Amino acid sequence: MTASAVPAPTPTSTGEMSRIRGLKTRRNAELGLLVFAMLLVAAFGATVEANQFDEIRPGFWLPAALIGTLFLGLHMVVRFTAPYADPVLLPAVALINGIGVAFLRRLDIARAIAQETPEPGLFADTSGRQLAWTLLSLVLASVLLLVLRDHKIISRYAYTLGLVGIVLMMIPAVLPEDYSEVNGAKIWIKFGAFSIQPGEFAKLALVSFFAYYLVRKREVLSLASHRFLGIDFPRGRDLGPVLTVWLFSLLVLVFEKDLGTALLYFGLFVVTLYVATERSSWLIIGLLLFFGGVYVAYLLGAAIGGPFANFYDRAELWLDPFSQENYTRESGNSYQLVQGLLGLGTGGLFGTGPGAGSPGKVPEVRTDFIFAGLGEEIGLFGLSAILIIYLLIVERGLHAALAVRDSFGKLVAGGLAFTLGLQLFVILGGITGLIPLTGQTTPFLSAGGSSLMANWLLIAMLLRISDAARRPANTPAERAGGPKKAPTQLHGAMTEVIKP
Amino acid sequence: MNAPLRRAGVVVLVLFALVFGKLNWVQAYKADDYRTDPRNNRVQVAEYERPRGAIEAGGQTLASNTETEGELKYQRIYPKKEIYAPVIGYKPVNLGATGVENFENDILSGSSDKLFADRVSDMFTGDKTGGGNIVLSLIPAAQEKAWKEMVNNERGVKRGAAVAIDPTTGAVQAMVSMPSYDPNPLASHDDKIAVAEYRKLDSEKGQPLLNRAVASTLPPGSVFKVIISAAALESGAYKLDTEVPAGAVYQEGGATIRNSADEVCPGGEITLKEALTTSCNTAYSRMGVKLGRDVVIDTAKKFGFEDESLRVGDLEDLNTGLSVAASRTGAIANQDGSVDKAALAQSSLGQRDVRMTPLQGALIAATVANDGKQMRPYLVQQQLDSDRRSIYTAKPKVLREPVTSDVAGGLREMMISVVQNGTGKNAKISGFSVGGKTGTAQNAEGADDHGWFIGFAYDKDGKAVSAVCVMLENVPGGHASAEAARIAGEIMKAAGRGGD
Repeated sequence: MTASAVPAPTPTSTGEMSRIRGLKTRRNAELGLLVFAMLLVAAFGATVEANQFDEIRPGFWLPAALIGTLFLGLHMVVRFTAPYADPVLLPAVALINGIGVAFLRRLDIARAIAQETPEPGLFADTSGRQLAWTLLSLVLASVLLLVLRDHKIISRYAYTLGLVGIVLMMIPAVLPEDYSEVNGAKIWIKFGAFSIQPGEFAKLALVSFFAYYLVRKREVLSLASHRFLGIDFPRGRDLGPVLTVWLFSLLVLVFEKDLGTALLYFGLFVVTLYVATERSSWLIIGLLLFFGGVYVAYLLGAAIGGPFANFYDRAELWLDPFSQENYTRESGNSYQLVQGLLGLGTGGLFGTGPGAGSPGKVPEVRTDFIFAGLGEEIGLFGLSAILIIYLLIVERGLHAALAVRDSFGKLVAGGLAFTLGLQLFVILGGITGLIPLTGQTTPFLSAGGSSLMANWLLIAMLLRISDAARRPANTPAERAGGPKKAPTQLHGAMTEVIKP
Repeated sequence: MNAPLRRAGVVVLVLFALVFGKLNWVQAYKADDYRTDPRNNRVQVAEYERPRGAIEAGGQTLASNTETEGELKYQRIYPKKEIYAPVIGYKPVNLGATGVENFENDILSGSSDKLFADRVSDMFTGDKTGGGNIVLSLIPAAQEKAWKEMVNNERGVKRGAAVAIDPTTGAVQAMVSMPSYDPNPLASHDDKIAVAEYRKLDSEKGQPLLNRAVASTLPPGSVFKVIISAAALESGAYKLDTEVPAGAVYQEGGATIRNSADEVCPGGEITLKEALTTSCNTAYSRMGVKLGRDVVIDTAKKFGFEDESLRVGDLEDLNTGLSVAASRTGAIANQDGSVDKAALAQSSLGQRDVRMTPLQGALIAATVANDGKQMRPYLVQQQLDSDRRSIYTAKPKVLREPVTSDVAGGLREMMISVVQNGTGKNAKISGFSVGGKTGTAQNAEGADDHGWFIGFAYDKDGKAVSAVCVMLENVPGGHASAEAARIAGEIMKAAGRGGD
């Protein structure tokens, strides 16, 4: 059977909708929003200078102007390669990325003042490096948009990507701790002064692989079942891949000592599975497996320690971070979590104002705890705004998934957007004490090249898919010899025949 | 696939709502708790941004600051170390402040409304003007003399206290407590040093952190005879030359009262003045029983016994200041509430359940010296803003009028006779007319007696210059009050000379 795995869209579904709304490219709206976002970033930078130096020095204009130019560059790339892309995604991400760089610069300035060294140069120190990473990320995102004119092309390399994803995911687990562990979480590859978090990229590769695999398997997974307690459960043999991934996540949890990453991989898989099959039993199975696994890991940590001890410790800290015992423990104490919470509390509703707080008191405020540092200075209102912008990004991604016509695109966009949301929940929930703390980066805010590049690639994918979703069936550009019409057939895809 | 995608969108929304809810909890509901948490030193950093006001007395600096290179910009220093420590206390980084540092914190830190003008001008100039200064009523010569005489006492006593008050104003001229402590390590910016020092001092047997002058209540012994004398004169039935029954032994309700030596008032009768001069126990026990329990308790109350709310600070806010423990007469009652005559006989000698603070002793002497008017004691003479303009000057206030001017005159004559001819000869000082009363309080079996002296001094112009109370705990070798009287004389001499 060689028919397309992509079911033809029904006229009343999203296809129709996007065709009507796709008449306008909305690029100028994007430009307007982008300019507004850059003004906000510049204002943030100016306030920082005013609070730190008691005067606004000209130095702050350069990073702000450079970052603004970079985003305008990406805007131009989008204008020409994905004209129908979602107009909100780019400005929203640009705002958070810009605030991130500006906040890192604020931390660098404070450090420079404390050490009586001159104000850091354009590409110096953490904020300068982050600016350089942003530059590189935007170049990568532009390249992706330029090269990948149709997201379905990715499906050709699905198995390669799947393999790459699993390898990336497993590398830190098998590397010796010297080369892979930072702050108790083995999720790094370190060589010399340079370190990357392969998991950030693994995420993208795995989503693509899952999407491809599930598009092929969705029929058999959604139709063949046993009914039990009113819920349709899949056949035992179909459970294989799910159980494999579950096992992988738990291995990650144990060997990379990181609950967040495990939750991320597993959540990503379960959600794409659920979206593909439309069967809530997968969700229930997934949740039960995950939380069962986590609870067992907690019990094992309490009983035998060993590889489970780290997770058990983190759970204990989460349950009562303020207890004197947890706070003053020799290693693995709740100092960071508590200082983060105290910083957030000090910020209160309105915050101290950018540059006027002491976020430097929170360990790892440049990376994992940037949200707490930012919260001290912009307060609950500022953080709520950031939270809403993040939500906007995720929901726009899901919206692209809803609107796009092909199943593969739906799964990729849905999976990526949901993963982004889940990652935000894991780290922000950890910082605020909602869930046990795990070392995740805060997308677009935290200092770090891997995270920034991977997440910009994610956004580029979403832009690409949203462009496909809103693009009219035949645009003048295509008729005038634009990019070739996208292949309607998913590479190598076929629907597996159900054998009862 | 769209239905599950929409549900995934709802899931992300719920996850974000949870984070938002927790953020509200942290940044709004718990904000004040977190802001003031002792582990949150952001507040302290802000507090140390401006120099804390100085504490001074008689032109000498008792507490000031030095600039540091550290995050906390000013280090509090106490140049006089243990001499003034019980009064001015200390201002640690993390523990609670004590003494003047505590109750005048609003002025010293600059947060007081009275310094509002300073804060407003700071906003325009961008300066960090220091807090206000506190000028104490202490006379350095008297304070240092008191400390020196106390620690170098001729009997090797380790614990005790001395208070000197200006009888006409209530200004505290000297207040020492022994043993004392060096407040400097407690103000260390290194939390470990400060906490270790505090724990060490807190666990020491001599309780150096206790300001015995206001917080320690001990049986006053014969000092209490001044109260009985006041009650007798107030009743109208006694005059200074009234013959009162005495004798070598007096038995009342199972209590046997003897005199301190066989040669003291062995005869049947003795004048009231003689009774006090020789500290005749039998005469005072008989007198107390005759006057009755209610009169004794009432007179003591008029002088300030049972006052639980007295504080010694400034005269503006009467709810702040060094908290003075209530002196007590005890119930002097049997279980059914009737008068316990044995207890009354013993209580009339300041034994049994009678307890007094050294400050209360000084107040009694001061009242006698000030024609029966008890002035409210105070420590803060002046509050100055950062430019040393006065924002408060103490205006003396009458606290109580326990006895009439006539009765006070009688008591004065009797007490002068004590120093001239009686038990208090050690307190005699040249150039001053001194009156007083000694007290030797018996303790539990085996323990040495406490030695007391309360007294006052008039200068050549007949002006009351000082009233003092010296208390020495557990004086070895008998005649416990003699050394107290000598020290009291030295203090009054220093205060009388330095007080003009």
